[in-house]
Amino acid sequence: MTDPVLPLSGASFGANPSFVDLLRDARPGALAHLRQTVSTEMATGVPHGTTVLGLIYADGVLVAGDRRATAGYTIADETMQKVFPADDYSAIAIAGAAGMAVELVRLFQLELEHYEKLTGDRLSLEGKANRLAQLIRQNFPLAMQGLVVVPLFGGFDERRDAGRLFYYDATGGRWEEDDYQATGSGSQPAKNSLKKRWRDGLPRDEAIRVAVEALLDASEDDVATGGPSVYRGIYPNLLAVSVGGADEVPEAEVEAAVNAVLEERA
Amino acid sequence: MSFMPYVAPEQMMKDRSEYAHKGIARGRSVIGLEYADGLLFIAENPSASLHKISEIYDRIAFAGVGKYSEFEDLRIAGIRLADLRGFSYGREDVKARDLANAYSQALSTIFTQQMKPYEVEILVGEVDGDASGTAIYHILFDGSVTDEHGFVAMGGHEEDLTGSLRDRFQAGWDLATAVKTAAEVLGSPDGRTIEAGSIEAGVLDRTRTQRRKFRRLEEPEIAQLLAG
Repeated sequence: MTDPVLPLSGASFGANPSFVDLLRDARPGALAHLRQTVSTEMATGVPHGTTVLGLIYADGVLVAGDRRATAGYTIADETMQKVFPADDYSAIAIAGAAGMAVELVRLFQLELEHYEKLTGDRLSLEGKANRLAQLIRQNFPLAMQGLVVVPLFGGFDERRDAGRLFYYDATGGRWEEDDYQATGSGSQPAKNSLKKRWRDGLPRDEAIRVAVEALLDASEDDVATGGPSVYRGIYPNLLAVSVGGADEVPEAEVEAAVNAVLEERA
Repeated sequence: MSFMPYVAPEQMMKDRSEYAHKGIARGRSVIGLEYADGLLFIAENPSASLHKISEIYDRIAFAGVGKYSEFEDLRIAGIRLADLRGFSYGREDVKARDLANAYSQALSTIFTQQMKPYEVEILVGEVDGDASGTAIYHILFDGSVTDEHGFVAMGGHEEDLTGSLRDRFQAGWDLATAVKTAAEVLGSPDGRTIEAGSIEAGVLDRTRTQRRKFRRLEEPEIAQLLAG
């Protein structure tokens, strides 16, 4: 998507605030992989991130992810980070082909920062969510070949004074949820868990616990989802986005929530 | 077919230089100075949205005086260069010196090859590590660059402001002292007091925990700093 150049006596009209467009013009090679074809073996052989989820809570939106990446039947990574702040007021969680997903996050973060610096305004949450859909749609040719990236996007809408949650399909379809959503291989058990535990207006500590529990349920029913490992100190990543901004939930808090759930089940 | 009359190169450069100087001297000024936690850029600017001072990258800020459309052009080009560099290599590889060189090259080309030189002067500031990592590059309309230490003034009344800063500047000021003194200096050439509402200021604060060290000072904060 390049802004149409409106010729005004030869000069282009307006500065395009998109970093991705700039990259495409200045370094075409950086995005060339989007037009490649890959074999099925290759598509399944690269690391895939597994389960991430998001839920609306009293102060905003909480986004969480397990830590496992798989390549076929192999565990590629047990400490992968799948939840990232997109900017000060939003967070993105990724499932799918890990290499491309992480690159998508990097591009998306830069897209938001570039826009903010160039125009002097932060994009509206609606604008951010739409832009992400366009970026995913660019990946569609590769998604058709098995390199799917399906993120969740959560942010605090400063105009509505509320947290909002979006999820995306491989075609760039953008869907807003007003309660919770999960994506990735363990999304079904995670959603089943959230369905039982989620309620409107969850306070922060309960929301953390509900999210952790849903990831635990996913790890019990899905081989590709990593469960918390107390003895290795591996816990899910959680980001809470509220009026104060996007803040990582401290590991001590996550650990306490995990222990509470495990104790209850013992 | 029309022929251009012969103009000696010396004369041509002198004319362009004078032209650019006049344009810059008509405008308001910007002061850049080092304070305890980093770098302060401050200007008199009655507009709250048409900025003279802005963020370029994590540790780099920009200030421009002269013709708005021209330094805005330079600002955007700087952000594009920095973001592309940071994406292609690493965020810490984006350096103010590179940017200053790029600006210098671009302005020098414009000065010698275009019909009209840019009527701008810009500052590129950077903080890194401790106080010794602070840098201010002052780039003129013809592409000449100077590496400034402590303080710098540019725009209208540049000489008066520089003189008055030379008398008053002390290293290690806190933010309030830096803002207050700079505001007094900005008003000093015509003996005015500048209200908080017409001051634009931004800092590169190396003590910020965030990756992006630039912070714009909003009016209430400026008022508080001036009053304190």
